[in-house]
Amino acid sequence: MSADPTQVLAFETDCHIFDGCGFPAPGLHSFLFEPLWGDGDSNVYFNKTMLLALLGSIIIVGFFWAAFRKPKVVPGKLQMVAETGYDFIRRGVVYETIGKKEGEKYVPLIVSLFFFVWMMNLWSVIPLAQFPVTSIIAYPLVLALIVYILWVSLTFKRHGFVGFFKNVTGYDKSLGAVLPLAMLIEFFSNLLVRPFTHAVRLFANMFAGHTLLLLFTIASWYLLNGIGIAYAGVSFVMTIVMTAFELFIQALQAYVFVLLTCTYIQGALAEHH
Amino acid sequence: MSSMLILAAEEMENPLVPPIPELVIGLIAFVIVFGFLAWKLLPNINKVLEQRREAIEGGIEKAEAAQTEAQSVLEQYKAQLAEARHEAARLRQEAQEQGATLIAEMRAEGQRQREEIVAAGHTQIAADRKAAASALRQDVGKLATDLAGKLVGESLEDHARQSRVIDRFLDELDEKATKAEAAR
Repeated sequence: MSADPTQVLAFETDCHIFDGCGFPAPGLHSFLFEPLWGDGDSNVYFNKTMLLALLGSIIIVGFFWAAFRKPKVVPGKLQMVAETGYDFIRRGVVYETIGKKEGEKYVPLIVSLFFFVWMMNLWSVIPLAQFPVTSIIAYPLVLALIVYILWVSLTFKRHGFVGFFKNVTGYDKSLGAVLPLAMLIEFFSNLLVRPFTHAVRLFANMFAGHTLLLLFTIASWYLLNGIGIAYAGVSFVMTIVMTAFELFIQALQAYVFVLLTCTYIQGALAEHH
Repeated sequence: MSSMLILAAEEMENPLVPPIPELVIGLIAFVIVFGFLAWKLLPNINKVLEQRREAIEGGIEKAEAAQTEAQSVLEQYKAQLAEARHEAARLRQEAQEQGATLIAEMRAEGQRQREEIVAAGHTQIAADRKAAASALRQDVGKLATDLAGKLVGESLEDHARQSRVIDRFLDELDEKATKAEAAR
């Protein structure tokens, strides 16, 4: 991590190898943005991530508005694309995990979650934005909390108070002597850690992905001096390769996020054994 | 500015501590998406998907109906064809029978006509023979009389006598003939 954050906060840098300046490695400071409006010290401000989050929402709504506002029985191209995505989540995720009968109710939530997360991830490779919103823990966390609240309330509603604890602790008499320990672990992992792991899985992937992209991008620029140019080429190729890889990871993580959500909901609805 | 950024960097040292404003904006951003999709857009598309499913099923039903109809028409056609074949066979049979009857009738008719013609021929022959016989009798009588006249040198013109003599002669001849016939 660089000692002086101003050096890398502006990603444009005059620093090159052999110029007597160190590699401006990306780090935590790469995920900080000056507020576009307001004061960073108070809690009233507006920064790039927030802008991208709201812009992303508008893009998703705009896309689906254009596709589904006046849908036709014989679909146009845009509607066909949107339908494919919708159908993929509905059939491929919700029906597969929760089942058609009980899952239908949660389809809007899961579809919204998937496209929201995907869009927020996609910002990572969209020129000018080039920052995954989900690499700021607040965004995955808020989604994970929504899912968590839904999961807890569903489990209560379905199983009652005692049933809730049996469900959460994975109560199973056949475990015998290990039961207290198993219950403790299950309680801990289900009720306390779950929203955290759910959010951090997405956050960490995007955080790491963005850092990787930054690393190769900055290196490509930094190495552009003397013999370093040869290595800059390698670094640039890696930037392209990693961008393609990130595109895959972004979709995959969005998929994993909603798949886990469905698994949680399914667990809440399932009869405990 | 530099000091502010350092400050900010220190604040954000732990990337797992979420800033409250970002949580709020994140919630708002998601609620916007969820709101629009759940309120209007997904019900919209669900309706259309349902309509499409019905349209497809309707199409299948229609196709099934058409197939059933085609099947029934085919069966009807086959039945008609079989009936027609049967009818044709029956007609042929009938025609054959009629033909046979007709031939038999014609043969009978022919037979009858032949017999008629033969009978008529016989009658004719008998009549001719009778006529010939009576003509012959007169001629023979006349010739005999002439001959006898020439031989006797006397006219046997006396009609009454003449015919009596001839008749007697001829009767004798007949008698002889009958006798010869009887002897034979």
